[in-house]
Amino acid sequence: MTAIQEVVTAAPVVEAVPKKAMTLGFGTSLAMLALLIIVPLFVKNFIIFQLTMLLIYGLAVLALNILTGGSGQFSLGQSAFYAVGAYTSAILMEHANINYALTLPIAGIICFAFGFLFGQPALRLSGVYLALATFALATAMPQLLKLGFFEPWTGGVQGLVVTKPDAPFGLPIGQDMWLYYFTLVVTIAIYIFSVNLLRSRSGRAFMAIRDNEIAASAMGIDVALYKTLAFGVSAGITGVAGGLGAIAVQFVAPDSYTITLAISLFLGMVVGGVGWLPGSIVGSAFIIFVPNIAEGISKGLSGAVFGVLLFLIIFLVPHGARQVALVSQHLIGKLRKN
Amino acid sequence: MELLINQVLAGIATGAIYACMALAVVMIYQAIDQLNFAQGEMAMFSTFISWQLMQWGFPYWWAFLITLAFSFAAGIAIERLLFKPLAKAPILTNVAGFIALFAIINSVAGLIWDFTIKQYPTPFGSRPFLGSQLISTHQAGMIGVTVLLLIGLYFFFQFTRIGLAMRAAASLPESARLVGINTSWMIALGWGMAAAIGSIAGMMIAPVVFLEPNMMGGVLIYGFAAAVLGGLTSPLGAVVGGFLVGIFENLVGTYIPGVGNELKLPIALALIITVLVVKPAGLFGRHIVKRV
Amino acid sequence: MPVKQKLRIAAFATAVIAFAFAATGGSALAQKKYDTGATDTEIKIGNIMPYSGPASAYGVIGKTEEAYFRMINAEGGINGRKINFITYDDGYSPPKAVEQTRKLVESDEVLLVFNPLGTPSNSAIQKYMNSKKVPQLFVATGATKWDDPKDFPWTMGWQPSYQSEARIYAKYLLKEKPDGKVAVLYQNDDFGKDYLKGLMDGLGAKSSMIVAEESYETNEPTIDNHIVKLKSTGADVFISITTPKFAAQAIKKVAEIDWKPLQIVSNVSASVGGVIKPAGFENSQGVLSATYAKDGADRQWDNDPGMKKVFAFIEKYYPDANKLDGNVVYGYGAAQTMVKVLEMCGDNLTRENVMKQAASLKNFVPDTLLPGVAINTSATDFAPVKQLQMMRFKGEKWDLFGDIISGELSN
Repeated sequence: MTAIQEVVTAAPVVEAVPKKAMTLGFGTSLAMLALLIIVPLFVKNFIIFQLTMLLIYGLAVLALNILTGGSGQFSLGQSAFYAVGAYTSAILMEHANINYALTLPIAGIICFAFGFLFGQPALRLSGVYLALATFALATAMPQLLKLGFFEPWTGGVQGLVVTKPDAPFGLPIGQDMWLYYFTLVVTIAIYIFSVNLLRSRSGRAFMAIRDNEIAASAMGIDVALYKTLAFGVSAGITGVAGGLGAIAVQFVAPDSYTITLAISLFLGMVVGGVGWLPGSIVGSAFIIFVPNIAEGISKGLSGAVFGVLLFLIIFLVPHGARQVALVSQHLIGKLRKN
Repeated sequence: MELLINQVLAGIATGAIYACMALAVVMIYQAIDQLNFAQGEMAMFSTFISWQLMQWGFPYWWAFLITLAFSFAAGIAIERLLFKPLAKAPILTNVAGFIALFAIINSVAGLIWDFTIKQYPTPFGSRPFLGSQLISTHQAGMIGVTVLLLIGLYFFFQFTRIGLAMRAAASLPESARLVGINTSWMIALGWGMAAAIGSIAGMMIAPVVFLEPNMMGGVLIYGFAAAVLGGLTSPLGAVVGGFLVGIFENLVGTYIPGVGNELKLPIALALIITVLVVKPAGLFGRHIVKRV
Repeated sequence: MPVKQKLRIAAFATAVIAFAFAATGGSALAQKKYDTGATDTEIKIGNIMPYSGPASAYGVIGKTEEAYFRMINAEGGINGRKINFITYDDGYSPPKAVEQTRKLVESDEVLLVFNPLGTPSNSAIQKYMNSKKVPQLFVATGATKWDDPKDFPWTMGWQPSYQSEARIYAKYLLKEKPDGKVAVLYQNDDFGKDYLKGLMDGLGAKSSMIVAEESYETNEPTIDNHIVKLKSTGADVFISITTPKFAAQAIKKVAEIDWKPLQIVSNVSASVGGVIKPAGFENSQGVLSATYAKDGADRQWDNDPGMKKVFAFIEKYYPDANKLDGNVVYGYGAAQTMVKVLEMCGDNLTRENVMKQAASLKNFVPDTLLPGVAINTSATDFAPVKQLQMMRFKGEKWDLFGDIISGELSN
């Protein structure tokens, strides 16, 4: 409307998180690991299933943390990559009889390529515009999956039923428990990879771009490369999570991967603490368990109760679980001194 | 040729819906530099309030005015109570707040008024407009209201002191405060106005799509798309964007063989992203210069 | 596997084997037999419904069923046992449906899962339910695939399948409008596509009668432009495979643009209160559909003894219900069928017997079905309600006409 240029010195969409604060201390990590290994031995199959889903969504939130918390790109479209990973695994397992474990790296690579390619047009977009673009991707995905053209592979609207694998070598473990430990190994591997990624040069490049893109570019960082790389890595990890999800739920259908999933993952990231990798599992727990809690409180108003709980959390700890961890670290430090 | 004209006209008719919603989206963006995901739900709730008033016997225009006032007040209240405390929190946390608000409003509306569709009256009648069967008098009225709103907003922002103050507060908050503008209340005002415009959008849209708690879900996506296409800083852009999205979507559905029908929304969104890549601030948006 | 789990599986296996011996040996009614979820005093019934999300309009069905079981309990229960109805929200999302179903079966330990809603959700849990041998009974969707006792002996539908309903319309068109040009608007999901298939199959060689097919997505605010496009094809028959909101939009738009085709609307959207009234009675004259149940908003059933019971139930146990909502009538009918099956089980409340009794319903008529329509099942017939009658909208109600047709699928 006017010819005046608007000069913006607004804060970046994603606030800076210092590198040191991005991971847990060694002791706490070990304790978490021990819990994750031991707990499933003592609970029912159904709880093991929920724990497996906890790890899977945790991976997806972790991927989003790398993308948004790490490189500052606001994405509401992770459900699209999750869907591609899930369908890749399902199609390879059901139509090509490929072993389930092999489908995961394939899903990861395909999604990496997909994310990398999507990152290209996304380069010119940022903040709210990037959010809209990723939102568009997430809304398009179920529709693409329903396309008649792909129906022979995807099963169209009916989806595909996936066979759950048995424990290998005839080990006397149930399917659920085997899948849990398999997922746990994959999760730990990806977690270690992600932590190292963020500590490496690439990680520093991501964070520089997040904090101030123009300055980063001025310092010689290949912004285009690293931004698309971040998208690719994030998509790849989400794809692996999707593949695991397909195996755990034993079913893929377009309705499983709507924008609701993308929004849930986003909420998981915020609740866990943006950019704080260990928070991913807290965020994942939020996604899985809080809706159940809300439903338990009131069936008719479950959405409202969920919203209220979410508000409570963001009022009390706007920076998510990371804030809680920092505060407890402080307290423990104080206690130690005394 | 006739099919083309028909589809364009039908596109303008649907586009009016998107344009209406897009105006509310632009309004809130002007105030807080963010898109409020709960905008559609707030509009829906307001529309239900007006419906309820009419059920209780209020004539249409009374219900309309009361709802307008209620929405304005509710918008300010929501901002003061729920989002002012989050002012210092990261932006992403605020976005989570919008999502929470969406969930709450949708759920409460479903509980109070249940999910069966309800007929919603229009003050403009539903007869063919100027003999054309493609645009009814209601849709013509909707376009008229949208244009009126647009003109009103233009005057507000360009020629009133408060409008100027709001623009100042949105683009350069620190400088605005130095000049004595209460930026905090400007944000609240923005929320109130966005809620009021949203309620008008809802009351215009409901006669076409039927009133029910999930009626604004799809509309909001299109509203965002239209606002972004037109330029988030430009109300005129929002309206033009709305019509363009409506027309384009229709043409895609009609003329692209095979997948055109099933991929209408993704293709429309892809178009918008393409426009953004070329013109990052949208068709009518102001060019944004970022400083280090 | 922990010892407790092993013991439980062993106990269950023993129960099944023991029952199998007992069943072949003679009448099992004299002894009390229970599977997990049934005791001397209680029967646990599980259910999943979309109480939130895009399909939340159907949550009313779950609420109706819960109220119905409450009524049964207040009247003494079934054979002296109270029903414990446990229902969870799946938000119409398959992964959530799997989670909630596993919770019902493994954590809440229900005897069976009743009336789970939604084709995607049910597709997701079908394999699990059958492998766990837990009844997935009276599934709340019209998808045709639930009538498959050979491959899925633990899954049974309830309402007439979409394909069988579509075939009835096809038969009607072949007879009454053999030269018609048909335009179809369908929802782009399992519901719409299943219907379309039934229509095509039903028209058979004459499927060329279909001159236009338009699909729409549920996230479209309005389908008005689809109607405009369909009119331009010159069709004189319009088949509306739509859910309530879109069906109402279609009826309204068709009238607005002065298109006067023979309009057929799917049973899912035939509710007087939920669709026809909002769309406008004057716009809906002559619209055709088919049904198997009575409509609560249709005045012609005001003095029907069955519907009077339904209205009395609503007043006492579910006063917040919207009487005009077809979902309420649906929930009542399904719940009544469930209670009948449990009554027939007597003291033998094993899962296998539940399926056996469910497959032995002979001419059972719940209060809500049309006069002349009855529920029949057998070991090879897992489609309880198969019959429909066509109806035409006239004045302010549906006029039933023609015979009660059985939408048999000749596979």
